Amino acid sequence: MIAELGHFCLILALCVALAQGVLPLAGAVRGNARWLAFARPAAATQFVLVALAFAALAWAFAQNDFSVAYVAQHSNSRLPLEYRLSAVWGGHEGSLLLWILLLAGWTLAVALASGPLPEIMVGRTIGVLGLVAAGFHAFILFTSNPFERLLQVPAEGRDLNPLLQDVGLIFHPPMLYMGYVGFSVAFALAIAALASGRLDAAWARWSRPWTTAAWVFLTLGIALGSYWAYYELGWGGWWFWDPVENASFMPWLIGTALIHSLAVTEKRGVLKNWTLLLAITAFSLSLLGTFLVRSGVLTSVHAFATDPRRGVFILVLLVLVIGASLILYAVRAPRVVSGGEFDLVSRETFLLANNVLLAVACATVFLGTLYPLAVDALGAGKISVGPPYFNTVFGPLMVPLLFLVALGPHASWRSTSVAELARRTRLAFAFAVGGGLALPFAMGSFSPLVALGLFLVLWITACTFLHVRSRAAASGGAPALLRQPASYWGMHLAHLGLAVCVVGVVVSKGYETEKEVRMAQGDTLAIGGYSLRLVGMREAPGPNYSAVVGEIELSRDGKLLKVLRPEKRTYFSSQMPMTEAAIDPGLTRDIYVSIGEPLGGGAWSVRAYYKPFIIWIWGGALLMALGGLLALSDQRYRRARAAAQASTLQGAKA
Amino acid sequence: MKPRHKRLALIASGIAALAITAALVLNAFQSNLVFFFSPSQVAAGEAPRDRSFRIGGLVQAGSVKRSQEGLSVQFVVTDTAKDIRVAYAGTLPDLFREGKGVVAQGKLGADGVFHANEVLAKHDENYMPPDAQHAVDQAQKAQKTLRNP
Repeated sequence: MIAELGHFCLILALCVALAQGVLPLAGAVRGNARWLAFARPAAATQFVLVALAFAALAWAFAQNDFSVAYVAQHSNSRLPLEYRLSAVWGGHEGSLLLWILLLAGWTLAVALASGPLPEIMVGRTIGVLGLVAAGFHAFILFTSNPFERLLQVPAEGRDLNPLLQDVGLIFHPPMLYMGYVGFSVAFALAIAALASGRLDAAWARWSRPWTTAAWVFLTLGIALGSYWAYYELGWGGWWFWDPVENASFMPWLIGTALIHSLAVTEKRGVLKNWTLLLAITAFSLSLLGTFLVRSGVLTSVHAFATDPRRGVFILVLLVLVIGASLILYAVRAPRVVSGGEFDLVSRETFLLANNVLLAVACATVFLGTLYPLAVDALGAGKISVGPPYFNTVFGPLMVPLLFLVALGPHASWRSTSVAELARRTRLAFAFAVGGGLALPFAMGSFSPLVALGLFLVLWITACTFLHVRSRAAASGGAPALLRQPASYWGMHLAHLGLAVCVVGVVVSKGYETEKEVRMAQGDTLAIGGYSLRLVGMREAPGPNYSAVVGEIELSRDGKLLKVLRPEKRTYFSSQMPMTEAAIDPGLTRDIYVSIGEPLGGGAWSVRAYYKPFIIWIWGGALLMALGGLLALSDQRYRRARAAAQASTLQGAKA
Repeated sequence: MKPRHKRLALIASGIAALAITAALVLNAFQSNLVFFFSPSQVAAGEAPRDRSFRIGGLVQAGSVKRSQEGLSVQFVVTDTAKDIRVAYAGTLPDLFREGKGVVAQGKLGADGVFHANEVLAKHDENYMPPDAQHAVDQAQKAQKTLRNP
């Protein structure tokens, strides 16, 4: 009964979404204020309906209602409750429902926070979001209904894929989707701006926090996914350039570009068309990511779908959204006039360079991800593009980007002299060159790549320090720094986060040690100055699996530090084996052990890694996200809202 | 500089940067494309000798042999028509099973043994790597055409 109610709510939500999409947009065209005013209540109603549907599905999981096909496929009565609830988005249908729920949530947030915006802008924005929602409602109702019942009710469910039975996977998909779907707001605002032909500083100021919020979620989502891959897949890798990872990385790259171009558009009124195009691209790539993951064209753990109808449906949806918005862009963008000029060397140019580099980086990822699919689809053979391609291409593109990240804040708007820029940053440059050359020796051995990476890290850090110092000097001493706007600190924190991330990438890559050996009871293995001793293997039962646990003593200079317990699990319902690595994490190094397979005679294959500074990768991502949060908390956005309110009131009076 | 010159400089440097990037990207792309061959194709001599490629098919039942020392292992990959011997050193993936689908990447040795540096079996027990499935399908189609000309 509950499941049918959920299904019914979804059908109602589709109707509401259609009305929410059509009425306000028609009202905007015909100047009908009552139709426009429909937008906000429709957004609220839709959120309630989708939330009820989501709750109904969660209820079915909590109650082990295996008469619902989706529950039977993705849950099991022996599965712990927290995994039963996260199993709601553990499969295709449920994760789409989550997508729609988050879209409805973002739309509701727009409806609640859009007080100061002109009604026509609000109506258009919510209308566009309604059309997107209607497309996805139709998708879920016609091809992937999560509430479908089974005629013969199985006594037991098939269980959640063991890879997904993990804390990281409870949070990773919602975070990632919050980011994906969040870009729909920037997209809808861009479409509304195109439709009205008006794009002013107020529009940009209003778009910025939405874009930043989506970007923060996407950053956290990607970082969580990467950390999960690191500890769960048992290979010690943290980024595989897997098409699914790339699908989330592409919107992130364009979203990062968008954040920066929005800053230019707000402050200087230039690059407007480019900003609009980025907003459209960021959301299109989010949709493309959804298509790649959900259509089954990719075959990995993420691709649950095997029904070709789904692929076709979502492809049509993708083409409609991207096609319609690009046509609108082609027709209306020439009317959006950019004002202001800027010199060849100015902050505008630095931000433009950032945008170009990020866009090119995104294009290279796009090529490497989609080319094999295109070749396969055309029947021209089977090929794959591996990590070496991405590493050789992506690395060199990041070098100028990282170099410019440090310089950008030092440049003034409109015009900067190169000599002045050089004078301001020469100390930082000397420091970074010296440190970049010296540090690799301190770490053991010199490698040009590590030196280059550490040079860039020190360069960013030192330039940031100099910038803060000169700001303090200009505004009257260190206490004045506290009065700097939050977005100022947000920017620096995010840039430092990037530097921290680079430390992790470069140092772990440069100095990691990997050993793969046969180990029997009592054998020892030396790695990175540590020693690992296999004490023994024992059986250990789990709630829905049985495990073989290795007891491995980690010691240094004869002193026992910790006992590591990597596991090999076999899940009852699927008989699927799973490797659970054991990690001794640390600020300057991780020791990572996983067990492979029994080799006979009591020996096992064991993988061990010494990974220096690897945790800095995710620490850096966390700092970037915190920087975004700080920027979001900036008073300016709230003041801007009050100011806009005042001006709307005045406009109403006049 | 006059504004016109500035714009020219901007455009020229932009084009130069794009050209360099494009050259870099395409070069890396060219040298890192990994092609896929089925055991039948390898047996027919279509696979390259000097370059890394992928093979796929089923792990032949009873063919997996672990050496007594170290981690080297040998097994046979078949597309049900032709077989190819594969040598690998290291831990095999969790879902590597006899009779199940597998994809391996590596080089073909002069002895006809495929020296793999990477072995992939995917994340789900029901799931067949599409490349492996493709190899088996192709081989069975070829056999059918031979039987009923």
